[in-house]
Amino acid sequence: MDFAFMRDAFLTLLSGVPLTLNLAFMAVGLGAVLAMLLALMRMSGIKVLDWPAQGYVFVFRGTPLLVQIFLIYYGLGQFRPTLQEWGLWTFFREPYWCAVLALTLNTAAYASEIIRGGLQSVPYNQVEAARACGMSGFLLFRRVVFPIAVRQALPAYGSEIILMVKATSLASIITMMEVTGLAAKLISQTFRAVEVFVVAGLIYLILNFIITRIIMAIEWWLSPHLRRPAAVEPRLEAAHV
Amino acid sequence: MQQLSYFELVGFGPNGWGWALLTAAGMTIAVAICGFLAGSVVGTLVAWGKIGGNLVIRSLADGYTTVLRGIPDLLVIYLFYFGGSAALGAIGSLFGADGFIGVPAFVTGALAIGIISGAYQAEVFRGAYQVVSRGELEAARSVGMHRWLMFRRIIAPQVLRYAIPGLGNTWQLVLKESALISVTGLVELLRQSHIAAGSTRRPFDFYLTAAVLYLLITWVSTYMFQRAESHSMRGMRRAS
Repeated sequence: MDFAFMRDAFLTLLSGVPLTLNLAFMAVGLGAVLAMLLALMRMSGIKVLDWPAQGYVFVFRGTPLLVQIFLIYYGLGQFRPTLQEWGLWTFFREPYWCAVLALTLNTAAYASEIIRGGLQSVPYNQVEAARACGMSGFLLFRRVVFPIAVRQALPAYGSEIILMVKATSLASIITMMEVTGLAAKLISQTFRAVEVFVVAGLIYLILNFIITRIIMAIEWWLSPHLRRPAAVEPRLEAAHV
Repeated sequence: MQQLSYFELVGFGPNGWGWALLTAAGMTIAVAICGFLAGSVVGTLVAWGKIGGNLVIRSLADGYTTVLRGIPDLLVIYLFYFGGSAALGAIGSLFGADGFIGVPAFVTGALAIGIISGAYQAEVFRGAYQVVSRGELEAARSVGMHRWLMFRRIIAPQVLRYAIPGLGNTWQLVLKESALISVTGLVELLRQSHIAAGSTRRPFDFYLTAAVLYLLITWVSTYMFQRAESHSMRGMRRAS
């Protein structure tokens, strides 16, 4: 192990971290919106909405992410004249946007199932209680259903975010120079696979460690009812003196 | 040149890529199965270390599963692909063979998948072991079974039964990971589609076909795991 080399490699790979995080957060953020939509479609009870959502989840969970990336980045190039006509070519020409699109579509499929599980775990009596107080529609969703569902779904959503951070590495195959892309370049330049692997792995572990800590903090913040209440000083007041 | 229709392109005719794609799909399944089995061996050993090891072994096993589940699979594949050749080259130079010695892409791929999926399978096996009732283990010990016999007759069958759903999930992961092996040049389904797309300039048609074939494989294997699960649970009473 050559530590001077590893320090240099660490600094080189560190410059890929912003792109890795950028891809991951874009995908998770946009994916969450799409996932919410899919989950609501599946739970609507209307077949015309439910079936497309089910099909979407089946297709995107059943095929490898790399195939989805290739289908969007290389595959859509086949329809270049049409896309140019529609003015979409500037979007699909960029590997960045193709990667974001593929990651978003992919994570939405997984996340919609997580959100659906969360929404279904909301106890029905809570909803009934809210109805009894006169809440309905969006107010009920915003004040009662959504907060409880988020709390339930957060641990699973956390591991989906970690999976997304790992999945951004596939963007390196379509020329994005994020951490794995830089690592692959460095390996092929120096033939020091083990050292570069250790350094790149360390960077991903640090990123994922920080993300899990943040998720745990949010979980803690969202579940004050499960925490031991702060010790209350017994107040000894002599009544009726 | 006349544009071929989609079905001529992926069909089995003289200009069709049908057989090539099917062979490649077979390669995908083969590398996935080899990787999955290698992962089962690794997973069993690591789960054993996590359950019965001393402090050192346990923390090694914990470190292994944490690290392998926390870094991208592609990095591990690169390590095996580039590192494996470098290691072989170093060994080769000891015996006077100069130059680059490539590890067969299939072996690299199966090993990389095995090491990655081993981390996931270790957790699956450990979880399943927790469900095996302590009383049965005590009973086995009290009738005088030794460790190996107990493992073979009592632990393994029950752990496998409870592990089937988790193993099914891992298999799906492995199947999708196998697409990443295409970066090492192994001609599996994605690589073959890439080649076909390059030579016919019809990328969408071929990647779409690859996606459909992957979907077919996952669909069939989901069905098979469901069958296996209901078969293994046939003797269990179900709370209804």
